[in-house]
Amino acid sequence: MAATEQTIKQVNTLGSSDYKYGFSTEVDEIRPPKGLNEEIIKFISAQKDEPEWMLEWRLNAFKVFNKLPKPQWAKLNIPKIDYQDCYYYSIPKSLKDKPKSLDEIDPEILKTYEKLGIPLKEQKMLSGIAVDAVFDSVSVATTYKKQLSDLGIVFCSISEAVKTHPELVKKYLGSVIPVSDHSFAALNSAVFTDGSFIYIPEGVRCPVELSTYFRINAMNTGQFERTLIIADKDSYVSYLEGCTAPMRDENQLHAANVELVALENAEIKYSTVQNWYPGDKEGKGGIYNFVTKRGACRGKNSKISWTQVETGSAITWKYPSCILQGDNSKGEFYSVAITNNMQQADTGTKMIHIGKNTSSKIISKGISAGKANNTYRGLVNILSKAKNARNFTQCDSLLIGNQCGAHTVPYIESSNSDSMVEHEATTSKINEDQLFYCQQRGLNSEDAVGLIVNGFCKEVLQHLPMEFAVEAQKLVAISLEGSVG
Amino acid sequence: MLEIKNLHVSIEEKKIIKGLDLSINKGEVHALMGPNGSGKSTLSYVLSGKDKYEINDGTIDYNGKNLLELDVDERANEGLFLAFQYPMEIPGVQTSFFLKTAINSKRKYLGQSEMDALEFAKLMKSKAEELNISTEMLKRDLNVNYSGGEKKKQEILQMSMLSPKMAILDETDSGLDIDALRIVSEGVNKLRNSDNSFLVITHYQRLLNYIKPDFVHIIADGKIVKSGDYSLALELEEKGYEEISQTA
Repeated sequence: MAATEQTIKQVNTLGSSDYKYGFSTEVDEIRPPKGLNEEIIKFISAQKDEPEWMLEWRLNAFKVFNKLPKPQWAKLNIPKIDYQDCYYYSIPKSLKDKPKSLDEIDPEILKTYEKLGIPLKEQKMLSGIAVDAVFDSVSVATTYKKQLSDLGIVFCSISEAVKTHPELVKKYLGSVIPVSDHSFAALNSAVFTDGSFIYIPEGVRCPVELSTYFRINAMNTGQFERTLIIADKDSYVSYLEGCTAPMRDENQLHAANVELVALENAEIKYSTVQNWYPGDKEGKGGIYNFVTKRGACRGKNSKISWTQVETGSAITWKYPSCILQGDNSKGEFYSVAITNNMQQADTGTKMIHIGKNTSSKIISKGISAGKANNTYRGLVNILSKAKNARNFTQCDSLLIGNQCGAHTVPYIESSNSDSMVEHEATTSKINEDQLFYCQQRGLNSEDAVGLIVNGFCKEVLQHLPMEFAVEAQKLVAISLEGSVG
Repeated sequence: MLEIKNLHVSIEEKKIIKGLDLSINKGEVHALMGPNGSGKSTLSYVLSGKDKYEINDGTIDYNGKNLLELDVDERANEGLFLAFQYPMEIPGVQTSFFLKTAINSKRKYLGQSEMDALEFAKLMKSKAEELNISTEMLKRDLNVNYSGGEKKKQEILQMSMLSPKMAILDETDSGLDIDALRIVSEGVNKLRNSDNSFLVITHYQRLLNYIKPDFVHIIADGKIVKSGDYSLALELEEKGYEEISQTA
């Protein structure tokens, strides 16, 4: 049985509540007082034994953060966030002294992972997934390290990379998303706690899907991941991030920064399945998910492909983007965003064409149910030097019920007469006759909706790595439960 | 099997079925013939449970159960099958996956375990071959870019895989050329046995050359106006609806 199937089965057996991942683990935690200030940043840096230059970088980012206003472009109703009322660092106590092996890890934590079906144990290696698991703020365990290091691949937590590969971190951290980009980016730069670091050396094709499960566990803890992936010349890597969080009544802030760098002929495939707690039916609780993801195709013929399945969070605000600097470079964005009940999503992409013959493709599928609002917001910008650039964009929205909203906001800027930009968009309601047809074949109404919506999303889901496509399909159906009948 | 008594149905205040009685026993094939607008398709939708139809009066008993109290999927899983006049396209859903989902929904309803993948593949292959449906077609999205005839064959494939107790064929012959008509009819005839029943709705006697009914009913203005055996269909072909309805 594939690990993902096990995950689904395990998760299905849990459900005493609607949210299938709504359990939390009792672990003693170490954390500084609430609030955001220089002292907290110094505390975080000290906890991580960071070098001086890293602390300086954080403090500078904090100064920038204080000057920047909150981004206002999204069609979202965001309650005022009190940054002083959040914890910025929490670490399960038993991890303070890093475990040497899985046996040393708090069994409560392992149990949590077991419920999520994360393949930490040796036997799970057969499923071909190397997992760098982030539990709150610290990486619990990293599998596959040996095999990967034999190829020269670095796959570790970003805190570890700061110490072991400072030259790479210094060179690339903040090089794709400048600290001053916007306030969430600056906030993350100041207080980021952990995340993944990947370096694929020249000419290496990473033989396994690299994967991280992020998990927000402690109450009122903002989680600020920082991920940096560098694919050197002629290399390839596929990375999958899956996210689940236990149920909490208060909103939790999440502001991640993910930076990708693809050098000449390199390819990075980045897939996300995001299933954080969306809040209850009345909109109480849920994660605020403000994510900045950006990839730079720096080298000739490089390629970056983003695939995302966003089904969770109370508010989703993210625009995974590609900066197509190298000639002939390619950017792709495949997205499924599902909002149900009171969820809000404002998501899309930016494709910045700089080099010659650059091309980009955007396929976005937005599904709205309940009283939710779902916005696609995208920018295709073709600069004057990007001769012969190409873009194709397709945005489809599906509405379930009559109280939800779908919005499409494409921005297209072209400073170049050789370029070609195509945009297609559709909005439709779920077809009653299709539902009836499926039900007449024995599917109950929820299965029928799941089937039709999965069909609607197929173009995107088929870009996910095989192991996760099944789980994603299941999630699509789960997240729409209660949307009909 | 199916016992319809004094059925009155309206849609948006408009009366469509006005006191219809029909009784179908196990092992019987009934043909329901009538002109456009006589209520044939409405009856098929009411039996399968489509909403927006208001039942103003009457009862429908299905194997001892009150059919009108069952949900659409419950009726289906209790063995009631409707071969649609206009089968729906479902983009992005592979035909074979749809078939598997349908079969497993029924098995789940009946408290059985999911069908083994190999067993399913074998069943699908043999049934598809009987209907001259290519493997290639089963890999395509359900009904998307199918021709009219291909869609109808697909309906019969679904029917034969689900092996219903009570199958309703709503103008399955419309849009079929003579070869497809023969194949589809053979598919239906293979399924016929002493335990199941068919209600074949059609405009034309042509289909009944292939699927020989035990009874023929003529519906006009929401009521069955005349019933008989197969010879009634031949008489109808000769005289036309108007004359038959008047003499009834």
